[in-house]
Amino acid sequence: MAGKSGREIIAEQPFSWKHLFLRWESMLVLLLVVVNIMNIAISDKYWSVTGLFRATNSFLNIAFMVLPMCFVLILGDIDISVGSILAFSATMLGVTYNAGAPMGVAVLVALLTGTVCGCINGLIATRFTELNPMIITFGTQVVYRGLCEIILGDQSTGGLNNVMWFSNLYWGKLGGVVPYMFIIFVVCAVIFGIVQHKTTFGRRMYAIGANREAARYSGINVQGTRFIVFVITGLFSAVAAIFTAASMGSINNAVGKGTEMDAIGICVLGGIMTDGGKGNFIGAMISVFLLGLLEYGLGLVNVSSNVMLVVKGALLVISVMIPNLKIVGNRKKKVA
Amino acid sequence: MASEYVLELKEITKIFPGVKALDKVSFQLKAGEIHALMGENGAGKSTFIKVITGVHKADGGEMYLNGEKVDFKGPNDSQAAGIAAIYQHVTAYPHLSVAENIFMGHEKVKHGMIQWKEMYEEADKLLAQLNADFKSSAEMGSLSVAQQQMVEIAKALSANAKIIIMDEPTASLTKNESENLYRIAEKLRDEGASIIFISHRFEDMYRLATRVTVFRDSKYVGTYDVDKISNADLITAMVGREITDMFPKPEVELGEEVLRVENLSREGFFKNVSFSVRKGEILGLTGLVGARRTEVIQTIYGVEKLDSGKIFLNGKEIKIRSPHDAIANGIGLLTEDRSNLGLILDWGIGRNITLTEIEKYGNKFFTNDKAERAAAKKLAEEVDTKAVSLFDKVSTLSGGNQQKVAVSKILASDLKVLIMDEPTKGIDVGAKAEIYDIMGQLAQRGYAIIMISSEMPEVLNMSDRIIVMCEGKITGELNRDEATQEGILEFAMAKSLKNTADK
Amino acid sequence: MENKSVLKKITGSREAILFLIVVILAIFIEAKSGGAFFQLDNLNGMFKNYAVDFVIAIGMMLVMLTGGIDISVGSTLALSGMCASLIFRDHQELPIVVVFGIAIVVGLACGLLIGAVISYGKVPPIIATMGCMNAFRGATYLVAHNEWVAAMDFTESYKNFAQKSYLGFGVINNLLVIVIILYVIFYIILKWTPAGRKIYAVGSNAEAASVSGINVRKVKTICYTILGGLTGLAGGMFTSLYASAQGNMGEGLEMDCIAACVVGGVSMTGGKGNIVGVFMGALVIAIIGKGLPLIGVSQFWQKAIKGVIILVFVILNVLVQRSVDKAALKRREI
Repeated sequence: MAGKSGREIIAEQPFSWKHLFLRWESMLVLLLVVVNIMNIAISDKYWSVTGLFRATNSFLNIAFMVLPMCFVLILGDIDISVGSILAFSATMLGVTYNAGAPMGVAVLVALLTGTVCGCINGLIATRFTELNPMIITFGTQVVYRGLCEIILGDQSTGGLNNVMWFSNLYWGKLGGVVPYMFIIFVVCAVIFGIVQHKTTFGRRMYAIGANREAARYSGINVQGTRFIVFVITGLFSAVAAIFTAASMGSINNAVGKGTEMDAIGICVLGGIMTDGGKGNFIGAMISVFLLGLLEYGLGLVNVSSNVMLVVKGALLVISVMIPNLKIVGNRKKKVA
Repeated sequence: MASEYVLELKEITKIFPGVKALDKVSFQLKAGEIHALMGENGAGKSTFIKVITGVHKADGGEMYLNGEKVDFKGPNDSQAAGIAAIYQHVTAYPHLSVAENIFMGHEKVKHGMIQWKEMYEEADKLLAQLNADFKSSAEMGSLSVAQQQMVEIAKALSANAKIIIMDEPTASLTKNESENLYRIAEKLRDEGASIIFISHRFEDMYRLATRVTVFRDSKYVGTYDVDKISNADLITAMVGREITDMFPKPEVELGEEVLRVENLSREGFFKNVSFSVRKGEILGLTGLVGARRTEVIQTIYGVEKLDSGKIFLNGKEIKIRSPHDAIANGIGLLTEDRSNLGLILDWGIGRNITLTEIEKYGNKFFTNDKAERAAAKKLAEEVDTKAVSLFDKVSTLSGGNQQKVAVSKILASDLKVLIMDEPTKGIDVGAKAEIYDIMGQLAQRGYAIIMISSEMPEVLNMSDRIIVMCEGKITGELNRDEATQEGILEFAMAKSLKNTADK
Repeated sequence: MENKSVLKKITGSREAILFLIVVILAIFIEAKSGGAFFQLDNLNGMFKNYAVDFVIAIGMMLVMLTGGIDISVGSTLALSGMCASLIFRDHQELPIVVVFGIAIVVGLACGLLIGAVISYGKVPPIIATMGCMNAFRGATYLVAHNEWVAAMDFTESYKNFAQKSYLGFGVINNLLVIVIILYVIFYIILKWTPAGRKIYAVGSNAEAASVSGINVRKVKTICYTILGGLTGLAGGMFTSLYASAQGNMGEGLEMDCIAACVVGGVSMTGGKGNIVGVFMGALVIAIIGKGLPLIGVSQFWQKAIKGVIILVFVILNVLVQRSVDKAALKRREI
């Protein structure tokens, strides 16, 4: 069936340097450079291999939650229970170990816990689609944190650093130089990035976020996809819990507090908007290092954690507000 | 300075970013007349109404009310000036009572306190004038569309509106309800109001209006006396060109039965719907608004669940639980609401076309941009989409071109049955002809096509067979040769005819 | 033909169902605790301790009626309570009314900021209030320089305010009097004033409200501001009750208040809910909070239980709506 007018449609998009530089991600790279310069000025030990890896280790454990949070936000959903899933998984890890199980089993229990929590979130979200995931994960967040309180009371469960290989997950370095956690993070990040941008699953996620009903009519299993993403989010919150537990050696019921805001804030600053269907993975990754190194640097000059709270809270609000006020363009522009 | 016109607009211009919605448009409304406003979709009628009611501020031109120049700063100003609008989409508060909906913004207040008893009484009085069958204490959300519309009219009455504007008032009404509306409109006119109404239906115009104004492409074309202009001339005014040979449906040899549905039922929507379609056949599925044709199609496509009934493809029974199942079985759907359900407006043409079959271009897990774009290019060109590149955002295309992209998207799948729900709705006449051409070619290629349509010419000329539904039941089936407008209408109104006969 | 919806019938008696739940809960706890619940001291204590929840729940309802939510109330309470206490510590001659006034003003400012960011900055409520929750909490610690204001820094009369009943004819505790007065005021505002009805209108159909001339953004901002002001007032009540101001005050309060609204029948999507229901909901939360320890359930179970309650009620609301919709379909004749 030939078109009557024989008109030809262009199928190639020419590369434009201008587009590359005007993108949101480029601005983030710029800010990343600025932060590094600032950190170098603060500490002369920073700009070395050991210094840099010490810096990244301070935040990469939480960054494991950013990976699936990208997916959640792309879908147009939200999950504010990640911090509590982290706490609950870590609690289960500590309690299992201290009950006499081998650390390997404890780690598996933690991963299982996170997955189950994610399943619960996913089941409620996909069976009761009338409900906004915001209120669902608000409710489950309370429950998961509440379970930590029931199990631990105001005690902590510790001794986790006694197991060498476990402690090494956070503290150990390959060849004495590259932290294992860094390597594992990079591998995971590459996988997540490929999934988001180069797979059919990723394309479906963007479709669901852009227009859920249209995605459904196009034959996409919307609820199935959402469920999978919630489960992955739970799983990787448990992964973050494992690294966090390895770093701290003991767990109390306050672990992970505020990390959901960190994860969402990083994604949003990275260009992944909360209404869904927009943003890309690279931006989120740059943002991980941007905000992580910034906090690290400020920590070096003893800026109090309370100031950090205020700054991070304000930053989250401002990063969502700015594109809405149309001061900076391009972030709302989407892939063709 | 008196004027013979109760409302007059001169050279009104309204510009939105990238679009000139109104271009030096003029209009005059005489006192006590009912005036029809007609034009194709996108001609500027809705924007025009919003300028009159103060929702939009004109960028150029002037408005005069009873000869006095007015400048509305917002909807409140126009309401205060006695102008009321009844929109197509009911702007109601579903959780609040009818009385509250009527009086929102001008409640009966004494010492700052709302006088509920008085409000309910007044509201009931207004409803009685309209022959309403519900009380003002009813919750708005529990009313039917026709009832909600009556509340809108009651709102206008309560505001003592002297100029009443109705935007497609009969679009969602049954024949009976439309009759009631006509009666109400005439009553309002008799009591001194002047009415403007927008409608696509000639029957509305003939029944109510004395004069009709036509807009085309954001411009004013002319004002005519209803009894002095012919249908053909009116269409020409709306379209600007003569349409010949609109319906080139080629003769196609019909093959065997492809799809058969038996006794489909869904509680509250439809009952015992059965029909079949053959290869190369176009089955027209028609009826009035409220016949529930789209709901039937939704269950065949897997968007909604059937309560009972069977679906057979090529003689074998199949179960369809989701659009994915439907597509896997070779059933595709061109939705009625293409901008919200059929396409992702924010995306480019290419990615829209390839979305459904995204696994076809790379492999099951990975995408392959190059293969994808090649396939999208081929499909888009086949239907002659008027666009520059695959990366053009779909939202920038005209209605007709968007529909072509939607068609390309469907053709990306391997299908046997095509369901097209109002395929030419909201499309300008030129593009309509192109869509009909495409449909004819698809029939020739062996697709079995189910076409839902409310446009009589389309139904009569494109269908091989016609099935008529009325309020959830099939009321008639006609062959192409024996079908007439009157015959179809009789089946389409079967239930209300029965009702009025009983009365 | 009276077209009253089935839903109206159910919600009309929702308050009755809630009252039943309250009664059953109370009786259950009374029985299980061997008669410890219906003691005057216990009940007085319950209302005193949970007065803060009752007050904030009113504001939370307003915000939820417009379709929004605010999880920062705990931090706002802390910030306003801390500011007022710090000023009071250094100026003990200030009358109680002024101290409360300062807390209210700080609360109003917080609420206004949140409201503006949500309505004019178009930030989703969950994001805006999550950010502010952390920012205000950090600010609380900063303002207090990481210290607390202790009992000795307050005047006796201030500390007595929460314990005495001089506003309530010597019978009803002061804090409870404030609760009652506020509930009556807001009942009247919401049912009898056009301004109150506008809030429902905005929540029921914001687009229609905007077209009919209601300034939707202003209404929403005002609701968040009122919530802030009520939270500020609660901050004053809290510091008087606990005779101290600590940086971690009010943590977890948002959970109680949202639970109270959800149990009380306020819809998350807006337009539906009434103050009687919220009172009942807050009562349920208070009874659980006060009653569980009486029957031997450790305080560490409180969170999990409240979380489950929120989820259960939110899901229940959905199920009820589904059956109502289904019933409406059955009524349609085909």
